[in-house]
Amino acid sequence: MAKVSMTVNGKAASADVEGRTLLVSFLREELGLTGVHVGCDTSQCGACVVHVDGKAVKSCTMLALEAEGSEVATIEGQAAEDGSLNTIQAAFQEHHGLQCGFCTPGMVMSAAALLKDNPKPSEQEIRTYLEGNLCRCTGYHNIVKSIMAASGQDVSALAAE
Amino acid sequence: MPKDSGIGASPKRREDVRFLTGNGNYTDDINAHGQAYVHFLRSDIAHGTLNSVDTTAAAAMPGVVRIFTAADFEGVGGVPCGWEITDRHGNAMQEPKHPVLAEGKVRHVGEPIAAVIAESLEQARDAAEAIELDIEELPAVVDMKAAVAEGSVKVHDDLTSNLCYDWGFVEENREAVNQAFQDAAHVTSLELVNNRLVANPMEPRVAIGEYNRSTDDSKLYTTSQNPHVIRLLMGAFVLGIPEHKLQVVSPDVGGGFGTKIFHYAEEAFCTFAAKACNRPVKWTSSRSEAFMSDAHGRDHVTKIELALDADNNFTALRTDTYANMGAYLSTFAPSVPTWLHGTLMAGNYKTPLIYVNVKAVFTNTVPVDAYRGAGRPEATFQLERVVDKAARELGVDPIALRRQNFITEFPYATPVAVEYDTGDYHATMDKLTEIADLSGFDARRKASVANGKLRGLGVNCYIEACGIAPSNLVGQLGARAGLYESATVRVNATGGLVVMTGSHSHGQGHETSFPQVIADMIGIDEGMIEIVHGDTSKVPMGMGTYGSRSLAVGGSAMVRATEKIIAKAKKIAAHLMEAADADIELKDGEFSVAGTDKSVAWGDVTLAAYVPHNYPLEDIEPGLEETAFYDPANFTYPSGAYACEVEVDPDTGKVSIERFSAADDFGNIVNPMIVDGQVHGGIGQGIGQALLEGCVYDEDGQLLSASFMDYAMPRADDVPFYSVDHSCQTPCTHNPLGVKGCGEAGAIGSPPSVVNAVVDALQSAGKTDVTHIDMPLSPGRIWAALNS
Repeated sequence: MAKVSMTVNGKAASADVEGRTLLVSFLREELGLTGVHVGCDTSQCGACVVHVDGKAVKSCTMLALEAEGSEVATIEGQAAEDGSLNTIQAAFQEHHGLQCGFCTPGMVMSAAALLKDNPKPSEQEIRTYLEGNLCRCTGYHNIVKSIMAASGQDVSALAAE
Repeated sequence: MPKDSGIGASPKRREDVRFLTGNGNYTDDINAHGQAYVHFLRSDIAHGTLNSVDTTAAAAMPGVVRIFTAADFEGVGGVPCGWEITDRHGNAMQEPKHPVLAEGKVRHVGEPIAAVIAESLEQARDAAEAIELDIEELPAVVDMKAAVAEGSVKVHDDLTSNLCYDWGFVEENREAVNQAFQDAAHVTSLELVNNRLVANPMEPRVAIGEYNRSTDDSKLYTTSQNPHVIRLLMGAFVLGIPEHKLQVVSPDVGGGFGTKIFHYAEEAFCTFAAKACNRPVKWTSSRSEAFMSDAHGRDHVTKIELALDADNNFTALRTDTYANMGAYLSTFAPSVPTWLHGTLMAGNYKTPLIYVNVKAVFTNTVPVDAYRGAGRPEATFQLERVVDKAARELGVDPIALRRQNFITEFPYATPVAVEYDTGDYHATMDKLTEIADLSGFDARRKASVANGKLRGLGVNCYIEACGIAPSNLVGQLGARAGLYESATVRVNATGGLVVMTGSHSHGQGHETSFPQVIADMIGIDEGMIEIVHGDTSKVPMGMGTYGSRSLAVGGSAMVRATEKIIAKAKKIAAHLMEAADADIELKDGEFSVAGTDKSVAWGDVTLAAYVPHNYPLEDIEPGLEETAFYDPANFTYPSGAYACEVEVDPDTGKVSIERFSAADDFGNIVNPMIVDGQVHGGIGQGIGQALLEGCVYDEDGQLLSASFMDYAMPRADDVPFYSVDHSCQTPCTHNPLGVKGCGEAGAIGSPPSVVNAVVDALQSAGKTDVTHIDMPLSPGRIWAALNS
């Protein structure tokens, strides 16, 4: 066991972990941040995406000890203090970008990372960027639409589709 | 002008806030105080004699609480099957025992042999590696036709063969159908495979068993689409726990798509082990385990023949299908290739004579059961492919051939035992022609060709049967359950309502859409209505969510309960206003006396029900809570027409979906936004089946596609924006909402149009000998067809 310390959603967090403890296990089990989901065991589905030092990371593919000293952001830290949704979250609700909600935290965190680097992505850029995030419910239509809307693009022409 | 509330409006989903902020309550998010963890040791071979399971060394490993094997389950029932099929000779299907942990033999890769319970999951996994297995490997049988051939290895030694049943439908029509083929002017035949799929909801299955020794109560948290069904099946048939001593909770569930309907061994194990160990026991499936333990879907091999007269009228249809059951019968497996498949073979067409033969076969593979659409996609795919092929052979327009044979008069009794109540197939085809811009296809094809690509257009229709089902009918057909739904509507003193529904929402948005219905009925704000589901201790009874039945059956139960509420509330209002019951009207949350200006508000009446100082106590009881059970009179029959345009790269064989359009008739619509989303998701899965997904076993029964690295799930860049429309509405005639169900349509209607489109593209390049390619239409298969 070794002690690991990091900042998660702006708060200091530390615990004793095994060397093999994954970041996702640390977040879910030690910190109770159960919005970080595990949908596979091969780093394909993206339900566990969080930000580590500002970059989107699959937290199932990183050891907790590797995040020592890092700034980690999860879905739990995305809304404002008063609970109001951020722009991406609000767009997902407005445009029905989620159904069962299981992939949603990873989708929102990936979308945030995309929009940080590319504030007005095209439809194709969004689809390509999301290749590491699987959704089984939406057929991706309203996810792509939500991210376009969150980036300030007019999606009204898609309303009838 | 779109409505902003009630039926027909698209309010934002109230469940979204918790999902978008990481506050969902999925089963794996639940941890019971003092829980231990389960790891299942699963068979890594497909077929073998289990000589011994030595747990001595493993039991001494750190943290191990207890290790279970089949010996611990003596006297415990097997995992039951919920539907018995009678074969075409009048005999019951062959039904093998399905033990919780493997007994004597292992029959598929992934079958649980032993279960280690330890203080941590890591300790349980470590200990499982120390279990010594002595398994004598036997030859495996994977191919269905080989499995029913003379001399095949038997999956179950105590059965007479690997044939579960040989079903004929309608058996009495067999000779007449054969005669019609002899008399036909033209016969089109096609052999095809409906590829085996893995449902893969993004949330893997989880089960947590709890036991309270002081009260003898058991509790199971499980990722189920129907917790009451699990309570009944597991309690009555496996563990012998009566319903009042067993609570089953399915909280937020991360997608189901059918594979979370069934009762699984892991659920029974965790409930059993919690009592045996007197502490909570938790199992969380890994994705790899899901691939080899969740029931798979589809896996049919079919020969279909269509007979036509000289005027291109369909005169008869004949099919011969092999349906894979896997190694054991999953909960509803026998019903899928039979009653959910054969009864849909008329499709949208007035074919007068139909005969369907289905041979269900045991193999050394994971059990196969319902996956989104369940039998109806298999029916639609073969029918719409053979109609398309017939049009090509006859040199007629495939849409015109369909239109010529459409059923146009309703109600329509098909030759396969069902009666369509409503539909307008020309209307959905007209709408499709418009939204898919079919008239612009030729220009788009020219542009593609100029760009070095082949372009194809595929169109198909579909019909499905939803709202399962009239209990007396399905009872005759072999169901071992009733298929009604229940709802309890509890009105509180201050006027708010709680609806306890037996339907279960795992992405469908019931918490938003169900209140829209009641808000309209009473004339109150949707925010005054809360939906409770997924807990057998809160909801009186429920048959759950599958077969696109929630609104048609569960919603109807809710309407009936609300009607009782309104009837009683009117009596209270009549008393308060000193008027006759019959004169009371309810509008916009106000009760009034017809023809007068007297009125009382909804809240005044609800308060009177619970503070009955001025109340007709001699006539009615205090309180305002009603329960209704709704048993449907018939199935509902959504229908539609779909179009797909593809581009094929002739150099690589890669297909890209350029346009996808869907015109559906779902009857009345409660929440158009949610309906759109359901269709989008279904189309995504249908495109996945058509182009990408395939569950593959090798000849030794090894599962080659057991992770997302090997099983190609559709990703965002595999699909386009879809154009969907549900403005064609012929309401259902026999449920109070006039709704038909929309959950599965997309997955049913989309695979044939994709394949039709790819065949069209290849034929446009002169490959007229390519009349069919089996799904998934991988680049390799297309390239091979192009270069054949």
